[in-house]
Amino acid sequence: MNLRRDVYQAIADPTRRTIMLLLTTQAMTAGAIASKFDTARPTVSKHLQILTECELLKPKQNGREILYQLNPEKIKEIADFIEPFRQMWEQRFNKLESIMQQYK
Amino acid sequence: MEQKTTVHAEENRQEIHIAREFDLPLPLLFKAYTDPEIVEQWMGTKVLKLENKRHGSWAFETTDPKGNKHNFNGVIHEFVTNEKITRTFEMENTSFPVQLEFLEFNKLTDNSSKIKMQIVYKSVELRDQMLQLPFKQGINMAHDRLQNLFKK
Repeated sequence: MNLRRDVYQAIADPTRRTIMLLLTTQAMTAGAIASKFDTARPTVSKHLQILTECELLKPKQNGREILYQLNPEKIKEIADFIEPFRQMWEQRFNKLESIMQQYK
Repeated sequence: MEQKTTVHAEENRQEIHIAREFDLPLPLLFKAYTDPEIVEQWMGTKVLKLENKRHGSWAFETTDPKGNKHNFNGVIHEFVTNEKITRTFEMENTSFPVQLEFLEFNKLTDNSSKIKMQIVYKSVELRDQMLQLPFKQGINMAHDRLQNLFKK
């Protein structure tokens, strides 16, 4: 599978969007974020890792804890409202391309 | 990451332009638009009717994750194999008026091709509303999830 570290790919996932919404009001530790979800802790860690790699989140050392907070500069980049529309077509076209490769 | 699809929406115009290049021979790209079974796969919709000819019509039925059915239909005005499709697009049971779509297919090399879509809306305001739909859906989904979390 092609793992793309792309911001739009990152926010296409509802869990990751929820994490970002949680962080709009306060910085939180991984444990505090995980406690808001039914999913296993490693799953949440994976989401945090992806969001951090895309620079949507900025981890901050706070004593022995690591607090996750939003990165406002990166968020601004995705505030462009056309992007989800473009992303919708990108996903459709990617699918079209992979389906038609089989007919080659 | 490489972004293959481009969307241009100039301010104060009632149209948008979508373009995309494919690593596919032109006939295969065109087939993806005309073979009902293939359209169903990549558009994620059920194809009720697809008459690939001038003055033919088409109808799709899409089921959303909540199980609600949405119907779409339109009429084909121009149909030239491996070249172009001009058609109308209408969402049934919504306040959105019909839109006009110009699809142009081009060969780049023996193994690559390009599609250009021009979509024309009734007004600038309606175009902007349509562009914002996926954005709003994304936000709403995230809000629903949040609300469900806090209900527990």
